[in-house]
Order: sequence, then C-alpha cells, then structure tokens
Amino acid sequence: MSEAQDLSLFVRHPSEGVAAMDLVVDGVFCGACIATIEKGLRRQDGVRGARVNLASKRVTVEWDDGALEPPAILERLEALGYPAFPFASGAVDSVEMQAEKRLLRCLGVAAFGAMNVMLLSVSLWAGADSDPNSATRDLFHWLSALVALPTAAYAGLPFFESAAKALRARSLNMDVPISLGVVLALGMSVVQTLAHERDAYFDSAVMLLMFLLAGRFLDQRMRRRTRDFALNLSAIRADRAVKLFEGGEARETPIGAIRPGDLVLVRAGERVAVDGTVEDGRSDIDQSLVTGETAPTAVSPGASVYAGTVNMSGALRVRVQSAASGTLLDEVNGLLVRAVEQRSSYVQLADRATRLYVPVVHVTALATFLGWLALGAGWQQSLIVAITVLIITCPCALGLAVPAVQVVAAGALFRRGLILNSGEALERLAEADTVVFDKTGTLTQPRPTLANAADIEAADLALAGSLALSSRHPLARAVAEASGAREPIAAEEVPGQGVSALHCGERVRLGSVAWCEAEAEAAPVAAAWPDASLIALRTPERVVVFAVRQLLRPDASAVIADVARNHEIEILSGDREPAVALVARELGVSRFEAGLKPADKIARLKALAFAGKRALMVGDGLNDAPALAAAHVSISPISAAHIAQAQADALFLGERLQPVADALRLSARARRLMVENLWLSAIYNMVAVPLAILGFATPLIAALAMSGSSILVTVNALRARSAGAPRR
Amino acid sequence: MNVLVYLVPLALALGALGLAAFLWALKHGQFEDLDGAAWRAISDDDLPEDERH
Repeated sequence: MSEAQDLSLFVRHPSEGVAAMDLVVDGVFCGACIATIEKGLRRQDGVRGARVNLASKRVTVEWDDGALEPPAILERLEALGYPAFPFASGAVDSVEMQAEKRLLRCLGVAAFGAMNVMLLSVSLWAGADSDPNSATRDLFHWLSALVALPTAAYAGLPFFESAAKALRARSLNMDVPISLGVVLALGMSVVQTLAHERDAYFDSAVMLLMFLLAGRFLDQRMRRRTRDFALNLSAIRADRAVKLFEGGEARETPIGAIRPGDLVLVRAGERVAVDGTVEDGRSDIDQSLVTGETAPTAVSPGASVYAGTVNMSGALRVRVQSAASGTLLDEVNGLLVRAVEQRSSYVQLADRATRLYVPVVHVTALATFLGWLALGAGWQQSLIVAITVLIITCPCALGLAVPAVQVVAAGALFRRGLILNSGEALERLAEADTVVFDKTGTLTQPRPTLANAADIEAADLALAGSLALSSRHPLARAVAEASGAREPIAAEEVPGQGVSALHCGERVRLGSVAWCEAEAEAAPVAAAWPDASLIALRTPERVVVFAVRQLLRPDASAVIADVARNHEIEILSGDREPAVALVARELGVSRFEAGLKPADKIARLKALAFAGKRALMVGDGLNDAPALAAAHVSISPISAAHIAQAQADALFLGERLQPVADALRLSARARRLMVENLWLSAIYNMVAVPLAILGFATPLIAALAMSGSSILVTVNALRARSAGAPRR
Repeated sequence: MNVLVYLVPLALALGALGLAAFLWALKHGQFEDLDGAAWRAISDDDLPEDERH
C-alpha cells in the first residue's frame, strides 16, 4: 500500500500546540510490552509522551503539533512489533466513564459513612446505651445523624434521580421504594432522636445504600468492559477505503471520513468497504456476506456493490452512495425498520418482580399503620412501626438478586468468547427453544479453504501454491495456504483470468476453469462439491482442478448435536439448495430452507413465533440483519456485516461455534439462579416482615437481616460462573 | 466518658482522611489501569543502566 494515510479524523488537540491520538494495540500482555512501546515511542522525535493502558489495551500518544505526521506513529509501533489501530474515543465513552467514576465516588462515600455510623451503632448495641439518663445514646445518635445525613444526600443521588425520573414518567422502578425507604428511615430516626427514643435507623439506611451501590458499580463496570472490548475490535476491524481525489491522487482514508458521492478504488482481493455503484471496471464479487450465496457474481459499470463483499478479480472504481432505492440494501433497511418497530418490548425478570413487589410492600406498610391504630396504639407509634416495615422490606436483596447474577454470568460468557450487547439478552437467551442458523459465515468459516486437497498430488499442490502466491485473488490465497508454499514463482497476472508463468521451461497457468480449458475435468469435481468455487492448474501434461469452499466451523457438528438435545434446529440460508443440503446432511439437521430472501427469513421466524416458539437466530450477513432483529434473541459472529452486528443481542469471537452452545447453557443456568435469588429474598421478607409488623424489629435485627440476605444472594450469584465444565 | 470528646472526632477525622485519599486517587486516574500498575511496579526504568537486573 503506497497511498498516504489520512488520519486527521482521529487526532485530538488536548492543549495548544499538542496533538494526541488514541490507538488500540493488539498483543500487549505484560510489563515488557508496556516498556517497549512507551520507550520506543518516546525515542521518536517530536513525541511528548506515550502511556499504555494495559487493562483496555490502548495507547495514548501525544506529540508536538506539526512535528510529525500521524502515520509515522503507526509505522513506529509496527516496527516495534505492535500493530496499532487508530481509535476515535467518542463522547459515549467518556459519558460511560463518568457514570462509572461517579458510582465509585458514591460507593466510597457510602462506605465511609457506613463504617463510622456502624462504629457508633455497634458501641450502642454493645451496651453504651445502658447509661440511665440516655445522654450518651443521644450524643451517639446525633453523631450518627451528622455522618449519615450528608452521606445519604450525596451517595443516594443516583437512586433519587432515577426514582424521580420514573415518577415523572408515571411508572415505578426499583429506585422508588429504595429512595422512599432511605428517606423515611432517616426522617424517622431524626424524629426518634429528638424525642430521646431508643431506636434509630441511621446505620440501616447508609448500609443499604452501600450494598446497592456496590451492585450497581459492578454492573456498570462489567458493561463498560465488554463495550470497551467491542469498541477495540471495531477499531481493529475498521475498514479503510482508497479514496480517489480529483486530480488522480489516491489516499487511504478511514471509512468514517468517506461521504456519499466520493469515488473509491477497490483493488482485486480487497474487501469492499462501502456501499455504492460501480463506475468503472469489471470483476467478480464474492457476495457471501451479503446474500449467503457462495458462488461469485460478475459486476460491470452500473452494478451495485455492498460493504463486506470481496472483490475477487479486477480493480473497480466505486461511487459511494447511501442506500439507493431498489437495491438490496434498501430492501434490507425497510425490513429492518419494520422488524424493529414490531419487536415487542420485553419485560425483564427484575421489572416483573418490582411490579409485584412495590404495591405489596406499600399496602403492607399501610395496613400495619391502620392495624396498630385500630388496636389503640397512638398514631405516632403506629407510624414508627409502619416505617420499620418499609425499612426492613427495603429491596436490598431484591436489588442485588438479578444484577449480581447478570454480572457474574456476563463475565463468564465473556471469558468463553461471547459479548452481550444488552442486559436483557441473557434472559431472552434462556427462553429460546428453537435455534435458527444461517449457513454461510455462521455454520461455515468466513474464509474459504481448499476442500479437495486429499485428491491432489503433492507436487501439483506445491506448484499451484507457488503460482498462487503471486495473486491477490481469495481463491488463490486459499490454495497457497493449503500448499504451505513459501517461494513464489515469478508469474504474470492476467486480470480476471489467473496467473501464468514459465516453470522449468514450460508454460503453466493457474486460474479460472474456462481460461485453463479444464471444463471436462471440472465437471466431476463440481458434482462432488456443489458449493465450491473451482480453479484449475494447467501444465502441458495435465490439468488439476481445485475446489475451494467455506468449510464448516471445526466444532460445528459437536455443537449442533449438543444444542439439538434441548432445542429444535433449523437452517435458513440464502445460498443454493445443493450447497445448503450438503451442509445440513453433514450436520445431521433435517429442517432447512435454501434460496431465501431477507423477507422469507422473517416470514419463517414469524411462523415460528406464531406457533409459540421462541427463536434464537444466529446469522452474520447483511441479509440476516432483519431476521436478527425480528427473532426473540440473536447472536452474530464477530466477522459479521456491521449492520447485522448492530442488530444482534450478542457477538461471539473466534473460529469455533462453541460460544453459542455456552451462551444457551449459561443463560439457562443464570435465569435459574435469578429466580432462586428472588425466592431467597422473598423468603427473607416472609420471615422479617411479620417481626416488623408485630413491632419486634430493632435496628440490630434490621442491620443483621439486611446484610445477611444481601450476602446470601451475592454468594448464590457467584455460582453462575461455573456452569458445568466447559467442553473442549 | 470524657475520653469520647477527643476519641470520636479522632475516629471521624481518620475515616475522613481515608475517604479524601480515595477520592484523590479516583480523581487522578489511579484506578484506570489496574493491570498495568501491577507490572509498572516491578519495572526498573528509574535505575541507571548498570544497576538493572
């Protein structure tokens, strides 16, 4: 690549005369990497400083503005052995970071408050209030109030704000009873202290905040970490396009800086990075990421090409356009909008529990108040008992029951190579009873591989491999990879046809079947591998035909067999019937449909939903995007088209299909644990609430019950981590 | 019980000191790269070339 790179999109200016850029660096693992990168960059003239963040695998470089060109930094890192990718640290990133920092600050303040209030409370429980004139007790209560009131006012803000937001929208969330409980507990405690009474609940209120903040902080951090990771991947995968400027200058430009109407150059063997129409040039395009069809399509000026497809043979000039009417992209976008609109809003387990819980608790408290009043207690005492009921039922365990499981399960899935895009994905995954797979790129590997290597003599394969090394054609690359050839033969490339060379004084050719005049030899190979693309090697003595196809993922059969035990399995593909039938037979899947358009896939999913099934859709193509949005829950491989990834509830990494099976198993277990935790906190309430209603709940009992139940559900949630031994 | 007059403020002050230290550390990004900090502690960049091991 000789073009200059335009990186201005990524450069920040933190202060006058200083430029800075954030880079994702793959492969930093230890202190040695940190030292190499930081020292190596600082040695470069003009660089002011470099700082590696090992946790997020990013480097921030600062340099004197104008002292060097940004691409020089990438080259420097490449030379150090760490390929880097520029990264636009967006506004979303800093907002999330601020939210996390704020929660941590609140947690710190709440922990400080809880420690000091407990210090005072424990001494009271231990006998300091045996003082007959209660002067010491009052002093300790006032000191507690002095610490607890400002603490709650600050650390409770995230809850108060969220509760106010929910109330303004005329709905209830978990933060409403939390806020109410905290405010009432504090208010009542102040009144009790003024009246020189014995019981004050400053400690319960502050401890409640601390436990809940700990849960929220962990939840937020887990989310940010998985999102950071996804952002890093997108930076590494970020496509660039060679933009052609007027006057003929070509410059490699990040895709974010390309606008509709620009002209880009797509060379043979490159991935098309934009949607557009061909202005100039002829080529074959591998559309498998778009339509699922594995056979290449010929394009000429006027044809539409889509981002994610691979240009196989000739160079193309492409005029960039956003979705034009009448193209596949337009159709997909239309279907997508409708699928998203029709998607029913999912009610999460925690929300369902809240809807049940909030009215029950408030009615119980009210009934307690009226009951005590009716039995002849003063209204003041009745009110105190009613508020105690509210405090003791305060949803400490309930607030932790679901998020704790989510954090632990999402962490366990992350380690197994699955990134959850949304929190509710876990619950919806657990409900899936049917799994619908796309074929191309999902069940098969995204890159083509030589299929009939066993039928080819080693010498022929070696020769073909050496020839293939001098071509950028994806099929040629597959042959070169299979042969393990290292030394290219000097060959000339015939655009759109193949390569030819003089080898040991003889003319040899590697290229399309027609160009090598190998139709006769190709017929039996085509029959044996109906979904393969063929290329041929022609030497004066013989003709060899290579079948290159997308192989199944290495563990596909095992995973499908595993998943099939508890789920129904279907394959819906846009590819031709024989190719799909072959894969279905290999995997032992009896239900498959081939040649489907995006609308057909949605229709099939609707039929499944109508029959009461909840479908997990696993797909990667542009054509799968509407189906991914329409399904109950969806997963995409990380190699998927951007538009598909944006719709999927989760992404899986790597060549193996195992993360899909893990996701199903772990999510089922996580859901079981969530329900278990909700029951645990319900049982706790069944024991504690009668005590509170009868007026036996002292601050000591409240504090013990609250921390006891919180710890119980948290420990139970940790079990989500070890969901059976991972199968290797 | 007169001992409380200075013990309680002392306890609160110590706690507040800890809180202040935590907030300072948070503000200055001490928790932003927990993995890297572990490695930086054992790097001996600050020593002259001949004293490194």
